[in-house]
Amino acid sequence: MITSTCRNLTFETIEPWAGLKRAMELGQAGIIREVTDSGIKGRGGAGFPAGVKWNLCAAAKDPLKYIICNADEGEPGTFKDRVILTDFADLVFEGMIIAAMAIKATEGILYLRGEYTYLREGLEAQLLALRVNKKLGENACGVKGFDFNIKIRMGSGAYVCGEETALIESLEGHRGEPRNRPPYPVNTGFNGHSTAVNNVESLAWISCILSKGSKWFSQHGTEKSTGLKLFSVSGDCDKPGVYELPLGITVAELLVEVGGSNAKAVQIGGASGRCVPAIEFDRKIAYEDIPTGGSVIVFGPGRDMLDVAQNFLEFMVEESCGQCTPCRYGNPTLLEGVQMLREGRCSAGYLKELVSLGETIQIASKCGLGQSSANAFLSIVKHFKEEIMGRAIGDA
Amino acid sequence: MSEKSIFENISRAPTSQRASEIEAGPKGAIGGTVSVTIDGEKMKVPLGTTILEACREMGVHIPTLCHHEDLCIAGVCRMCLVEVEGMRTLQASCAYPITAPISIRTHTAKVRRARRHIIDLMLKYHYGECYACGRNNNCELQSLAKEYGVDYFRFGHPEKPMYEIDRSSHSVVRDMNKCVLCRRCVRTCIDLQEVGVLEAIHRGEKTIISTYLNKPLGKVVCINCGQCINRCPTGALRANDPTDEVWAAIDDPSKHVIIQTAPSPRAGIGECFGLEPGTPMTYQMNTALRRCGFDKVFDTNFTADLTIIEEGSELLIRLYKALVEKDESVALPQFTSCSPGWVKYLEHFYPEMIPNLSTAKSPQQMFGAVIKTYYAKMHNIDPKNIVTVALMPCSAKKFECNRPEMCDSGFKDVDYGLTTRELGKMISEAGIDLPAMPKSDFDDPFGTATGSGVIFGATGGVMESALRTVIELVVGCKVEDLFDHADIMPVRGFDGIRYVELKIDNVGPVPSIVSHLVPNWDWLKGATLKVAVAHGTANAKKVLDDIKAGGKFSECHFIEFMACPGGCLGGGGQPIPTTPEIRAKRAEAIYAEDSACEVRKSHENPAILQIYNEFLMEGPCGHLSHKLLHTSYTARGKYIS
Repeated sequence: MITSTCRNLTFETIEPWAGLKRAMELGQAGIIREVTDSGIKGRGGAGFPAGVKWNLCAAAKDPLKYIICNADEGEPGTFKDRVILTDFADLVFEGMIIAAMAIKATEGILYLRGEYTYLREGLEAQLLALRVNKKLGENACGVKGFDFNIKIRMGSGAYVCGEETALIESLEGHRGEPRNRPPYPVNTGFNGHSTAVNNVESLAWISCILSKGSKWFSQHGTEKSTGLKLFSVSGDCDKPGVYELPLGITVAELLVEVGGSNAKAVQIGGASGRCVPAIEFDRKIAYEDIPTGGSVIVFGPGRDMLDVAQNFLEFMVEESCGQCTPCRYGNPTLLEGVQMLREGRCSAGYLKELVSLGETIQIASKCGLGQSSANAFLSIVKHFKEEIMGRAIGDA
Repeated sequence: MSEKSIFENISRAPTSQRASEIEAGPKGAIGGTVSVTIDGEKMKVPLGTTILEACREMGVHIPTLCHHEDLCIAGVCRMCLVEVEGMRTLQASCAYPITAPISIRTHTAKVRRARRHIIDLMLKYHYGECYACGRNNNCELQSLAKEYGVDYFRFGHPEKPMYEIDRSSHSVVRDMNKCVLCRRCVRTCIDLQEVGVLEAIHRGEKTIISTYLNKPLGKVVCINCGQCINRCPTGALRANDPTDEVWAAIDDPSKHVIIQTAPSPRAGIGECFGLEPGTPMTYQMNTALRRCGFDKVFDTNFTADLTIIEEGSELLIRLYKALVEKDESVALPQFTSCSPGWVKYLEHFYPEMIPNLSTAKSPQQMFGAVIKTYYAKMHNIDPKNIVTVALMPCSAKKFECNRPEMCDSGFKDVDYGLTTRELGKMISEAGIDLPAMPKSDFDDPFGTATGSGVIFGATGGVMESALRTVIELVVGCKVEDLFDHADIMPVRGFDGIRYVELKIDNVGPVPSIVSHLVPNWDWLKGATLKVAVAHGTANAKKVLDDIKAGGKFSECHFIEFMACPGGCLGGGGQPIPTTPEIRAKRAEAIYAEDSACEVRKSHENPAILQIYNEFLMEGPCGHLSHKLLHTSYTARGKYIS
């Protein structure tokens, strides 16, 4: 049994710096092969294969390259990166050094969520120790010509800055707004240079992969979603906390673990994720079925699903960067609809319009935030229509 | 003589919005073509072509709103979405460079629904009714609503305004209730002009375009160029409109209302009446103005010629002091001062270079001062009863005529600055069909102008006029001996910065008009005159930075600067829309008018000779000239109180 107080995480069992040692033996191509073979996909939620990303970065002809660790953990209900940065930050830094070797990066940046400012002092101390131990700096890790340093930059509280191109804009001193893609950060990233942006957990796992081998990692999970994953579990369950579980686990199995078996629905993937009703608890948490960055919020039998929809939409309205029309104006329109539903003023016809609008937001918005901003609303309307329409006066 | 290669300054726009990242990269570097299928039709396009460009090439219409030919890519309005085979989400065609073969569908159900939703959402937040808007029938949002058959407000429509209209600027009015957040103004200001007054603030539905600390536009470093107005798709940005005051003056029998018309409006106003860009309306407009009720219709070109004489004389004085008297305090190169947007730009961003700015007033302000003194005296009219209106392609001219120092006649020299668009409206209001008007000439005594005055409207025009006169006055030969038809081609064109050297091999006798300034030209014999032209303040910035760094432009003697891309013909008061193509056509009209002029050199203008004989008797840069035709500037700096 794993709970927040008793984690038993793989990270605790990893021999420090074993991954780096192996990475140095493998060399650039070897590291990328190992990461690719492990099948690890981005742990932040987008699920882009890390090996492919590093390969693209390594191939970019750019004398200046960056590895950015995305520690802007802002998804509602996620707190696993905080745990990693509190207890296993060296694994993350190790992962960044490995990444730098793989893509030939000259500088690493840890983009730390504004709300995690209290972690900064400790992390700076750890980085200083790494510099003293020559793991960072000129000829880092004793590799001649490998000059690599890591610095910490603070986020300022915008959820959208977790989106990698908005994160880069923010690092450059601009408004945190997502860029057009293409060009992708692997080619045109921070200050126009080739940049790999990896999630905190991804980098920690990569240290483990290098240490224990890609086969060890890929034996867990499913074919398309290999490995173990940390889950931040909260809500109406007996044992909330951080869990390490293999991908591919069903919602029902997860609920047994956390003591939430009587749940009516589970929100997987935070505000940008989707709401899974009890009838679909046999579905898998995996990139090919229900993808997630790790946020699991359990809704017990007493929860009002309209409240849930409203809560997530209020979050999206607040956090939309305001750049593109569908996200900027679409989400407030949906939220207005929720209020109409609450007051019994939303006709079935208008609800249909709103669902159609939600589908537009999903495919027409500029960035990942916008594209997923209507997910929660749409899944709740789909699965709990009776409950939320219960208050409606209906069509005349 | 393009200077593009020398100056590859890094744009201050966010990396994502720099057009070069997408366009120059794959297109230039790799070359070759890529095949693209649009609605089932196959074609080949150069690698890196955007989907939007490919569609336009094929004649497939894609609606756009935030996209503008002059600006870097934003990809924010999402109107131009298309379906790309194999992709889950729709793609903004303006921001998608084609680097691998793709298949595109431009009007599937998903695409049509998304576009309609986007319009519906914009209308949900766009306050105001079309019939009560200055952009009625010339609004891109309105056109899109029509195109997509909007006949009701699907998600509602605001009943009350949310934001107060900012009327603090003499030049630009901002009404955020009509803003659709396409950010063209932001990109125009920071990218095209490198001024950077406007930026988005707040997030989500609270996002608005704002100034520094949301201060009124009149209080920030806005240079009033109005380029944002020309690119605003809706009525959110417009010029400060004085037509009511102008009509009131016309309607007042005690007022003698004079209008002076600059060269660019006549090349643009036809567009307000559905004519092709570049259809000259000079003489039809004269008739229309008289029918509107203006008492006199004068040609600003007269004072453009006067500017050449005054500014040219000032240059000669500076050169003489610097080269002969070895006076090191003389500021060179001398900068032109006829573009009020440029002047304010310099006052804000390079106040230390104000000494380089010619003290000569702009043609508009010279005219005002001359009318309320020379003309008033000549016709025995009390200047307090004269109302001077200036028809300009420019929004900054409204600010300029309100500068407190512009009262040298003892009155406000120019009472109102009117834009081309505003005059178009007045003409329509008077029920006049401009293109159908019979032609008539300008009024005397300022009726005779030269081709030199006309070309002030195009970038390089002031320099060309100055060179025509300087060559003839100094070298003593005909310009035509050096340049066919006196067309000084090297200073023409639309390259952002142009540089020309002119070797003076021979000198002639000093003509009487400037004989009080220099004893002879011997000191110029064998000298090389170095001049440059820059248009758009982003290009001006490059030249100024080069001068500060001691680069080649610091060796120049005379530089023409225009705040607006293309020069006055692309001014902030010209008809909307503006594109490189439209500006090129207006330039054609201007150069055609020059070419048709009998007199094409400022110093040969008989009216100019007359005013120096009768009124400004001490000659160019003499005492009275200084009082009426020259001015001073204010070091404003960038700091906002």
